[in-house]
Amino acid sequence: MQLDLLVTDKQNYIFCLLATMPYLGGEETVRELRRALSNPNVQSDPLRYRNTILKVIRTMSQGVDVSGLFSEMVKACATVDVVQKKLVYVFLCSYATLNPELSLLVINSLRKDCQDPNPMVRSLALRNMTNLRLPSLVEYVEQPLTAGLRDRAACVRRVAVLGWAKLHNLQPSSEIDAVVVNELYSLLRDPDPVVMVNCLRALEEILKEEGGVAINKPITHHLLNRLKECDIWGQCEVLRVLQRYRPQSEDELFDILSLLDSFLVSPHPPVMAATLSLFLSVSSSLPAVSLAALERVSGPLLAACGSGSREMRFAAVCHIQLLLRSVPGLLGVHYKRFFCGYAEPAYIKERKMQVLVELVNDENVAMILDELKGYCTDVNTDTAQAAISAIGRIGRSYSDRCLQILTGLLGLKQDHITSAVVQTMRDLVWVCPQCSDTVCLALEGCEETLQDIQGRQALLWLLGVYGERISSAPYTLEVLIDGVRSEASLGIKMELLTATMRLFLCRPAETQDMLGRLLHYCIEETTDMCMRDQALLYYRLLHCGIEETRKVLQGRRSDPSLGVLIGRPTKPVSQWARCFNTLEPLSQGAVEAESASRGSPEHMTYNPKPNADLSDTLSCSHIQEIHSGSDNAMRCSDSSTDGLASSITAPLSLSLSPAVSPEDFEHLWLQRQALHTERGAEKIEVVDCTWIEECVRCPAVLHCSPQSLQAAMQLVNIQTLAFTPQHTLPWRVYLYTHTQRSHSTDAPNTTLILGELLCTGEANQKAGVKKGTADSEAGAEGKEDQLVRKEMVATADRLSEDGQEEEEGIKVTLNQQPRDDDALRQFLTVLTTVLNTLSSEKD
Amino acid sequence: MISQVFILSSKGDHLIYKDYFRRRNHYNHKDLYFLHIRQGGLYWVATTTVGSSPFAIIEFLNRLAALVKDYCGSLSEKSVQMNFALIYELLDEIVDYGYIQTMSSDVLKNFIQTEAVTSRPFSLFDLSNVGLFGAETQQSKVAPSSAATRPIQSSREQGGKSEIFVDVIERMTVVIGSNGVLMKADVEGEIRVKCYMPSCSEMRIGLNEEFSIGKSQLRGYGAAVRVDECSFHQAVRLDEFDSHRILRLCPSQGEQTVMQYQLSDDLPSALPFRLFPTIERDNGGRLLMYMKLRCDLPPKRSPLTFVCLISLSQELSSPDQSAELKPQSRAVVWQIARFAGGTQLSALFKLEVPSLSSASMLEVGPVGLSFELPKITATGLQIRFLRLSPVQPGPSQRWVRYVTHSDSYTIRI
Repeated sequence: MQLDLLVTDKQNYIFCLLATMPYLGGEETVRELRRALSNPNVQSDPLRYRNTILKVIRTMSQGVDVSGLFSEMVKACATVDVVQKKLVYVFLCSYATLNPELSLLVINSLRKDCQDPNPMVRSLALRNMTNLRLPSLVEYVEQPLTAGLRDRAACVRRVAVLGWAKLHNLQPSSEIDAVVVNELYSLLRDPDPVVMVNCLRALEEILKEEGGVAINKPITHHLLNRLKECDIWGQCEVLRVLQRYRPQSEDELFDILSLLDSFLVSPHPPVMAATLSLFLSVSSSLPAVSLAALERVSGPLLAACGSGSREMRFAAVCHIQLLLRSVPGLLGVHYKRFFCGYAEPAYIKERKMQVLVELVNDENVAMILDELKGYCTDVNTDTAQAAISAIGRIGRSYSDRCLQILTGLLGLKQDHITSAVVQTMRDLVWVCPQCSDTVCLALEGCEETLQDIQGRQALLWLLGVYGERISSAPYTLEVLIDGVRSEASLGIKMELLTATMRLFLCRPAETQDMLGRLLHYCIEETTDMCMRDQALLYYRLLHCGIEETRKVLQGRRSDPSLGVLIGRPTKPVSQWARCFNTLEPLSQGAVEAESASRGSPEHMTYNPKPNADLSDTLSCSHIQEIHSGSDNAMRCSDSSTDGLASSITAPLSLSLSPAVSPEDFEHLWLQRQALHTERGAEKIEVVDCTWIEECVRCPAVLHCSPQSLQAAMQLVNIQTLAFTPQHTLPWRVYLYTHTQRSHSTDAPNTTLILGELLCTGEANQKAGVKKGTADSEAGAEGKEDQLVRKEMVATADRLSEDGQEEEEGIKVTLNQQPRDDDALRQFLTVLTTVLNTLSSEKD
Repeated sequence: MISQVFILSSKGDHLIYKDYFRRRNHYNHKDLYFLHIRQGGLYWVATTTVGSSPFAIIEFLNRLAALVKDYCGSLSEKSVQMNFALIYELLDEIVDYGYIQTMSSDVLKNFIQTEAVTSRPFSLFDLSNVGLFGAETQQSKVAPSSAATRPIQSSREQGGKSEIFVDVIERMTVVIGSNGVLMKADVEGEIRVKCYMPSCSEMRIGLNEEFSIGKSQLRGYGAAVRVDECSFHQAVRLDEFDSHRILRLCPSQGEQTVMQYQLSDDLPSALPFRLFPTIERDNGGRLLMYMKLRCDLPPKRSPLTFVCLISLSQELSSPDQSAELKPQSRAVVWQIARFAGGTQLSALFKLEVPSLSSASMLEVGPVGLSFELPKITATGLQIRFLRLSPVQPGPSQRWVRYVTHSDSYTIRI
């Protein structure tokens, strides 16, 4: 008689030991388990048999390869004990793919189980039969699955329905029988709601190629009427599938919406979110309805923000950020809900602060700033820095209060706080130049506390740009120049070089000597090509004379209009509706915050990117790269119809993607221009494109700042690529957009429109734009990042103000490919409207 | 759609791993997203695709953790390890092919066959996890918190006691400004029912009759209990709610949240704790923090655990206290074991701070209090009665428990 070793406690203990050391005792364990499994004494005692199998599963889940026991386990499958069956199935499903031949043995016993009078046994067998994932077994599975669809027990039908989806996934190439598809459609009317929802899921997968399950009016209304029977998981699924439905009339739409209203305020966040998604997708053409839904949903979303589960809180806060893009004032009164709890994890705190920044208004600004101030000394440095940069963002609207707090923080003399404050001040000054006096005062003495690279770079930039107002600037630079040999960071060295050059321009007497030393070091000693080139460039520039140098180095020190751009542009709901209730908002924000915190663009040029640096400085014009939060608009605006655009021309929508880079634009423009000029009247059009010129009367546009023009154009999804500064003549703007006409759903008609706005002024003088230089710069780095927008400031004569007061038309040159006259005309209407709106604002 | 589910130990070891399908492109990590929650010291992870609803996945994981807790009795690495077969069975039944089938314990109880393994025999005197005391309905008896940490299924097999617990749990979020003005006071509350009754057809929970929802509905004077917003579990029938403030439901086995409510600002009672801090520099360049803490609870009530966390050699006024400097989190932790209502405690902390400047005073604070107040609800919500019908045969016990936790109780200095 075989020794049965497995029942004593001691053995148990040894097994635990073995199991925790899988690679030492694996083989031995398997051998012992096999012995026990084939022991007739064990087999005859149900409890011992089951316990042995339990040990096999435990060993398996601890990482030991127990596939050798397959044939023993197949035998163990033939039992009346359901618990044992379940355990064996766990084993079989894990190892079936390794033993396709032996698995054939299981099929017989599974098929027998499918006839069992107990519905639980039937569903169990059917589920595991489809979970074996063996293509060779498909022929044996189909018959029981077909029978399962008609089983009288709902739990069997549930399994059978999903079984077909698994089968389809196993053999995606083979068509599922149309009879089965029809049967699945008819099971949508099954009395069991889970069967109904499973049918939806299965059909979605099986018919994926055809665009999923057909969502027509009868099916939609059937699903909607049964929504209440489903549990929350079923409801989410149905609501998700229904997003594809387009109501046939406005009455029907409102019927659906009122039916779903109670789900919109559901206490279960998944249902609430799924309902809102559905609302937004069916009412995409009615912005007012979408906005009303957002208002209605804000209560439950706020409740989710206070949920006991911190992960749920996080998800809710992230989605509130989406809502705020379209309705900035929505939650203003509830700002206190976004105060951070002290035990909350940093990732929630960061998001809550971002929300607080959005909610600031005259009433609550004091409270919010007071709260944020409290976070600035948080033990977690990330939280502290996020709080400081949040205060900086608020500073764009309430600069005095914020600067007071920021200056106070410098007194703490903590390196991470000082660094964050200096960076924040740099960003703030770029947007609000009126802050510069306070900032210059505050900066004195900061350099002692600053440790990290970003903070020191920010300080250097400020010293360079505002050096004439910071009395200690030369001394600070001198210390750094003396220590430049031990400086490890290339970024700092480059920034130092530029800052010293700039300071030299305004305080030559104090700086000349140290600049000489620095240039000498950079040109003679350093091995870094990038630095050396930069230094050589500056050196030669100095040879050209001080005025030339000034022209290159003293560009703009601020961009006040950026504040308007970044401020709070209200975006159409359609822009983010598609990513609501997906994982996107949870990961997206981090990127957005980063690009937003780097609000001041100028420093980007001074990163050690040789191409950018050289082309910038050589061409005597300034490249401004604008990284702003609003750039995200481009990313997710593929087919978004803007409110304004659609109200004017319903069937036409404009889109910015695929993006056209400046050099592509230039290429296309010149090519088509050439084609246009050389083409005779009768010449057959080789390239299917049109070229039209129109005159629009809207003189005041010239006085618009480039930024507001750009912002206005972007609202209707027109991208401006390049423009001359305001009041410059000739005044030019280059722009592009894609039109999309969606009257026929199957093949959207898209065209690319390139355009030029030109105003030559009263003198009608010919264009003096040095396009060549501007475009070569664009080529240098335009490809790197689609988000980088460029504003090319051409050096052109400035005419006197009075010259422009006269009525003046703007010449619009448009180029479209492929030709679509209707779309072009509609586009022209949109463009004219925008220009007129801008003109009227100026009056 | 859920591709995989993991339960990981706090160290990251796999305790449970379930793969719902091996689809094509499955191992393309770019499209695979990991979502996790933390509960019971364990990580509950699901992998999914970008289009999935984060709310649904997080709710699923929370519910999964709750189910495992219901079935295994408690949540810990050990209980998960011991009950792995049961958990695999659960995972098999709740999700098929990545789609959630059901998570209701009423449905699941027909399918789940494996019995739970508990680490030690259940004992009433197990006080390892003392947290909640006493029930108003049965004055003399006290239910230790561990009474509710047993597997729901044991009631069936062991003919275990049929019991029902109704807990009113409130979480307070308070911010008090440096000038002592209350800046924010929120309460999030819920009524949780944990049912160990094999057969319970209907339960009626009576709330305070003066209970009102929303700002406009204030009625009567004084004793009214008011909340801003209130939501109920799907299964709750509210036909008697408007007239008599009675919730009717058929509780399913295990734990469920019957009602959730919230109240912002405007608390009916005074705040439980007040702090009067004084911070100075002494001549020796040390930072002196003098903290006076007053407990404004009714005299007989006292918080159970009380920790005062101050962001920065000590003298304390009573022997029941201890304090510790935690350099890592830069905080002083002042622990008070016994703190009777209506009394006042004070402490003087002397801190040696290198390079102390007047600006350093800005860095002190805030003070965070964490506590648990048994038998007290901040909103004043009470359960008037708890009736089960039909009347349970045999001995059955009903427990009503109240507790208020500090979610975040911050006092700025």
